[in-house]
Amino acid sequence: MRSEETKLIVSSSPHIYEKEDVSYAMKQVVFSLIPAVIVGTYLFGIYSLIIVLISILSAVFWEGISLIIRKKPLYILGDYSAIVTGLLLALTLPPNVPFWIPVVGTAVAIILAKQVFGGLGENFLNPALVGRAFLLSSWPQIMTSWIEPKKGIFWASNVTTATPLAIEKLKLSGYSLPNYWDLLIGNRAGCIGETSVILLLLGGLWLIYKKIVDWRIPFSYILTVFMFSLIVGKDPIFQILSGGLFLGAFFMATDWVTTPLTSQGRVIFGIGAGLFTIVIRFWGSYPEGVTYGILVMNALTPLIDKFIKPRKFGEVKK
Amino acid sequence: MKEFFKYLINGIFKENPVLVLMIGLCSVLAVSTTVENAIGMGLAFSFVMIFSNLFVSSLRPIIPNNIRIPIFIVVIATFTTIVDLIISAYFPELYKALGIFIPLIVVNCIIIGRAEGFAYKHNVVESLADGVGISIGYIWAIVALGLIREFLGSGTVLDKVIIQSFNPAKVFSMPPGAFWGIALLMGILKWVQQKISRR
Repeated sequence: MRSEETKLIVSSSPHIYEKEDVSYAMKQVVFSLIPAVIVGTYLFGIYSLIIVLISILSAVFWEGISLIIRKKPLYILGDYSAIVTGLLLALTLPPNVPFWIPVVGTAVAIILAKQVFGGLGENFLNPALVGRAFLLSSWPQIMTSWIEPKKGIFWASNVTTATPLAIEKLKLSGYSLPNYWDLLIGNRAGCIGETSVILLLLGGLWLIYKKIVDWRIPFSYILTVFMFSLIVGKDPIFQILSGGLFLGAFFMATDWVTTPLTSQGRVIFGIGAGLFTIVIRFWGSYPEGVTYGILVMNALTPLIDKFIKPRKFGEVKK
Repeated sequence: MKEFFKYLINGIFKENPVLVLMIGLCSVLAVSTTVENAIGMGLAFSFVMIFSNLFVSSLRPIIPNNIRIPIFIVVIATFTTIVDLIISAYFPELYKALGIFIPLIVVNCIIIGRAEGFAYKHNVVESLADGVGISIGYIWAIVALGLIREFLGSGTVLDKVIIQSFNPAKVFSMPPGAFWGIALLMGILKWVQQKISRR
């Protein structure tokens, strides 16, 4: 809507001017993730901050390339969605991956999961999660080598360890499970941005307060994981605090494009993602199931939208 | 003779069984993990395809219309059995790699589709041209997919390492890579066809 002619076209009502457009929402998401990036840098070193920056830059680069190939105007880059995709992908990477991993991951995320379907709003899967799933199944050794947190300003930690979920699931000897407080503040091994549950929760609540995400998805998602762990007989508090559940529930499962449109549909989405996460965590071959749980529900979103339709005004129940 | 080439070319691009008609994808997606498997599968398929087209079109006058499908199946099954026994006798390694997908050529919908849709309605020469064309189309599609998947998924082509310091993306040897690869091939073919038709 930059050219002069488009100003003369009258769109349908309501004619209220709002400054809350896509780029505003995306900026808020970036803003609410900054604490997680800072704590990731503090725990895992400046190397992980560089991973995040490379991921963001390469996401913007691939988006620009795709827009040029598709002969679209480059100001679409200003909607910040590529930056959010790059940031979210980087936050789900282990802290000591080589530099080419985020570049390849964002290429898959932006080109194969987003731009081939027609850009923002047309993708049916969350691009960042597709990028992560691609990296995880392509280079499993690189994507599952974790390092121990070391606090302060330093280049990179080099003590390898295992994530709490892997210790719990595979019954690894020689490792001890962190206590609830460590899990809450993030003093544990894991992806760059997933460890500090309390800061992710703050960022998520900020987004809910700004009405950018719907509270129903994260709430039903986390509650399902909690209840289901309780029923199965595992430690429910450990299950919701470990892994990438809060990062996934607040920032990835709430993507506008790939989630149902109705409130009921969103609750179903959250419950389904929770069930898939738990099934993969307890009986699957991976220790963590948030990525695939959300991706499966992304794929089921059109089906949910088809069956759950809001009642039209004046419609009588049959 | 002009007709012969028309039907021959038809199967390679315009009605490519894999990339345009999108039938018989099961075996294409499953065995295209390496170029070697892809070539083996392509040749086995071509043998059955060409001979089934030939026999169906030459038996056309005596096949009763009501039971034509079982007769097609019998013809196809005969040649599939021949291929199956030849491969298991002379290429046991390939036989192990292709596994169930050689016997499954019997129910490959490309072959039944061409028998019902083409060979049953055309004469022997035209059916031969169609069979050869469809086979070439199938072979280039499956070998191209095998090339993409073997190079990206294990870093080799025909078991030879091409680039030393290349860390292959294992996902291309797995089912998702097959779907990605075939989607990319379809997209490229569509794009090229559009470029040609615009000219």
